[in-house]
Amino acid sequence: MSILLSRRRFLGLSAVGTSALFLNGCDRLTQNEDVQRVLEKAETLTETAQRTLLPRGALAREYTEADLSPVFKVNGTSAPDGEEYARLMAGNFADWRLVVDGLVRQPLSLSLTDLKRLPSRTQITRHDCVEGWSAIGKWTGVPLGLLLQSAGLLPNARYIVFYCADDLGATLDGTGRYYESLDLVDAFHPQTILAYGMNGVDLPVGHGAPLRLRVERQLGYKHAKYLMRIQVTDSFAAIAGGKGGFWEDLGYEWYAGI
Amino acid sequence: MTGPDHSSPQPKSELVHRHSGVVRVTHWINVLCLTVLLMSGLQIFNAHPRLYWGQYGADADHAVLSIEAEETGDSVGGITRIGSLSIPTTGILGASKVEGELSPRAFPAWLTLPRYQDLAAGRRWHFFFAWLFVINGFLYLIYGIVAGHFRRDLKPNADQLTARHLAREIADHARLKFARGDEARRYNALQKIAYLIVIFALLPLMLATGLTMSPGVNAAFPWMLDLFGGRQSARTIHFITASLIVTFVAIHIAMVLVSGAWNNMRSMITGYYAIKPERPPA
Repeated sequence: MSILLSRRRFLGLSAVGTSALFLNGCDRLTQNEDVQRVLEKAETLTETAQRTLLPRGALAREYTEADLSPVFKVNGTSAPDGEEYARLMAGNFADWRLVVDGLVRQPLSLSLTDLKRLPSRTQITRHDCVEGWSAIGKWTGVPLGLLLQSAGLLPNARYIVFYCADDLGATLDGTGRYYESLDLVDAFHPQTILAYGMNGVDLPVGHGAPLRLRVERQLGYKHAKYLMRIQVTDSFAAIAGGKGGFWEDLGYEWYAGI
Repeated sequence: MTGPDHSSPQPKSELVHRHSGVVRVTHWINVLCLTVLLMSGLQIFNAHPRLYWGQYGADADHAVLSIEAEETGDSVGGITRIGSLSIPTTGILGASKVEGELSPRAFPAWLTLPRYQDLAAGRRWHFFFAWLFVINGFLYLIYGIVAGHFRRDLKPNADQLTARHLAREIADHARLKFARGDEARRYNALQKIAYLIVIFALLPLMLATGLTMSPGVNAAFPWMLDLFGGRQSARTIHFITASLIVTFVAIHIAMVLVSGAWNNMRSMITGYYAIKPERPPA
């Protein structure tokens, strides 16, 4: 009996100790860099699993006109600040140019008219925000792969970085400029388009006029709005916070497939 | 360790080996996983505390459940809406104290991981422990099949499935009367059925609805969207299933406590469970 009692006391004390440690320690564990490094391994596991087990060319579901969200929520920036964007918007984006540069044979500078002359793709897809909501919209634009092909990637090209016109707050490097990046698997996916049209009209300012990225198998924050420049690179480690995107620099996953 | 003492006039408890090492280890890893998954899941829910039915759903769409804050003048109140029902839940749901001050917040800080609002951190916890949950659950399933654990310990015996037996078990449970003697060597039928529902229905449903929220998985297996009626329906089912698991855990813990807390805890830690002798007929 005495052995049992001391074991009881031991178990009782451990239970109290464990729960106290658990409740008080959770926030500290969340702020501990070593713990976070371990937790981040799950992102690599998710990315590897999705890239390995799921067909790389699988298409996101495309819906019908009847499925469109009555109201497509405007999220993040609703209109970029700054004189340059205001000037471009006032001119109906006639002076806007999309620059494609970096590790390419032929850098490009394209107007909205140039883009609209290229072959286009229209798709009705679901937009999933990392917060949890979804909205269905119809997007029209140029397949990114087409543009990259005409620019011609150099052999060491690994990532496509998207620079945007909007500031969304202070990031680690002191600027708040929105940017995003994709690997070549998603960049050349047939549904990855640079959209200039939404629900049958020109892309509204709230949704990223004049041009936004659609990358249908990843979460909403990958779909960069207000595109200004596309840079082909071998690494994004030296850009802004080094994590490959505005939200990635704030701790969100670079691979946003879940 | 003590065995049955046949010389004694009063029969004593007999220690039997009830839980194998694999069951005990996977059980406690699962406890850790479900705790972290629940708390980080509530953190993620708080980023958009509204649930919908169908393919899409956002602020302008009809919510089947919402846990939101409403500000009236200087004060903030919490309102939980389920269908057309509106329940004031200030202090717990919709608005609760953050560092002493009543603030808009779906689930309170003490239920979320981390306690402060940080969706990215919540997701990191959630997905790490989701992987651990899947690996742990997979090992348990393989063990359960190969070692005969499901067949031997969890499959209700024919005699347990008669209406009379089940009725008696329900009556016994209601009076908190638990099995002794030989009958305590196996799980009772209600216990077996509850465990089987959790192992083969609720936990797999949790994983499946979680994966259905992944746009990457959706592209590869669009039938999952059809199975659950859309991504937002899957999110709602994920929430309902989590609530059912919480309900199971609450009842499970209550039963552990009332049916011999230390004996039950010991059996899930050391493996050994004391069988109490039958009460001598009065």
